Amino acid sequence: MTAYLLRHLQVFFFSLGQMVRAPFATLMTIAVIAITLALPAGAYVMVDNVQRVGAGWDGNAKISLFLKHGTNEKAANRLAKKIRAMASVASVDYISADAALSDFKRLSGFGKALDALDYNPLPPALIVHPQRNFNEPVRLQGLVRQLGRHGEVELAQLDLEWVKRLHAMLQVARRGVWILASVLGLAVVLIIGNTIRLAVLNRREEIEVIKLVGGTNAFIRRPFLYTGLLQGVAGGLTASFLVSLGFGLLAGPIRDLASLYASQFRTAGLGMQGAAALVVLGGLLGWLGSRIAVGRHLRDIEPR
Amino acid sequence: MIQFSSVSKRYATGHDALKNISFSLAREEMAFLTGHSGAGKSTLLKLITLIERPTRGQALVNNKNLARVSRRRVPYFRREVGIVFQDYKLLYDRTVFDNVALPLVVAGLYHREIGRRVRAALDKVGLLNKERAYPITLSGGEQQRVGIARAVVNRPPLLLADEPTGNLDEALSDEIMDLFHEFNQVGVSVLIATHDKRQIRRLQKRVLELREGEMIHDGGVASV
Repeated sequence: MTAYLLRHLQVFFFSLGQMVRAPFATLMTIAVIAITLALPAGAYVMVDNVQRVGAGWDGNAKISLFLKHGTNEKAANRLAKKIRAMASVASVDYISADAALSDFKRLSGFGKALDALDYNPLPPALIVHPQRNFNEPVRLQGLVRQLGRHGEVELAQLDLEWVKRLHAMLQVARRGVWILASVLGLAVVLIIGNTIRLAVLNRREEIEVIKLVGGTNAFIRRPFLYTGLLQGVAGGLTASFLVSLGFGLLAGPIRDLASLYASQFRTAGLGMQGAAALVVLGGLLGWLGSRIAVGRHLRDIEPR
Repeated sequence: MIQFSSVSKRYATGHDALKNISFSLAREEMAFLTGHSGAGKSTLLKLITLIERPTRGQALVNNKNLARVSRRRVPYFRREVGIVFQDYKLLYDRTVFDNVALPLVVAGLYHREIGRRVRAALDKVGLLNKERAYPITLSGGEQQRVGIARAVVNRPPLLLADEPTGNLDEALSDEIMDLFHEFNQVGVSVLIATHDKRQIRRLQKRVLELREGEMIHDGGVASV
């Protein structure tokens, strides 16, 4: 067992040595793999961040309950109290018809026109703030339906469309990232497969000699598999560095932008877990690529 | 060590390289395989090393029926046969030591054992002081001795050589052939394909002669 491990360790360092001895070619391959892996990883982190922004907005979801005309303040407050007692509701604000009118005059710029009316066209309203953990579109809609059933309520409205749209867009984006990741993952397999193919053909004579002195295919394959694995791992490491660098550069401007919206939003990077996943994935794809390439070509190289 | 009965080899091109060959080489025996270029010498050696498979007939090498050696077992079979080539087939990006060590590394021996055996083999061919050199810095005769050291390093019972002196002058050829003779005297079976008549006459061993794929002579040197 120790002999087996020792042999693998030897091959590992042999492969590493060969990569170091051709630094330019090695760096080129690693750079190509890194960029190929960094693209979907960066897109993934981007979608993740947008989703977090969306989650913050969901928390501010408000339900407006427009009450029937002529509902007096006492009845409105009674309803508000009832709604406030619900587990899914955080708080309820009452806006009387008069308050609504003065707000509208102030904010809309139609003050003069409204003065021409001899009655207040606006209904009194209750603004319901749902609990934070209750802000998924489906649950919000259920709450809206429930609130709309009260007799005093004329219309219960949740401006949910944009939340739904955002979620739908995020679904599309996430699917897009997966497709991109699959295609580029395949590209990594092909890139490494091609470099390993060239390496195998370059060492054709050596492989023939090893076969003549009794080397098994597994023995011949081993250094190539390690080379693929190492290139993939190095590519994954470089990719996570590139992604971190990119989001590091974006973090400052995004913080400034968020502060303009009075938001505490901070960009999240790849994280240790993400970086580790990228490295493991790179290694796996590298190994797979070289396994396919070596498997295809080893059979063709026989001593003559 | 080698038993061929009615072995034929026809290549995919339709060329009959060997026709109905029967012969045997006893354990610890040494013999020359001779004939003109294209007579089938190389093909015969390729059959013994499983580079090619016979089309017909039965061939036993070291008590193994070649037809029964599966693709997967070929490497293990080859570890019992040492092969020496006309063009040496050394790896020029590795030292003499690493070249000779290759069959042992491939077989998965321990590091210390490898060092011991490689030095023993290099000592036998007189190149112990060159273990750190690269083959390209050696003369042709020295390179061929590296090739021989590699062929015998894992002590195979059978040693094959394909025109081992083809690229060497007379004096160097004598040295190389004497080396083969020495290995034979310590119990290794040796089969050497060559058309170097001088060496055949000098060593006075059994001679197998091929012509156009047929065995036309099997016996002493006299008639060659």
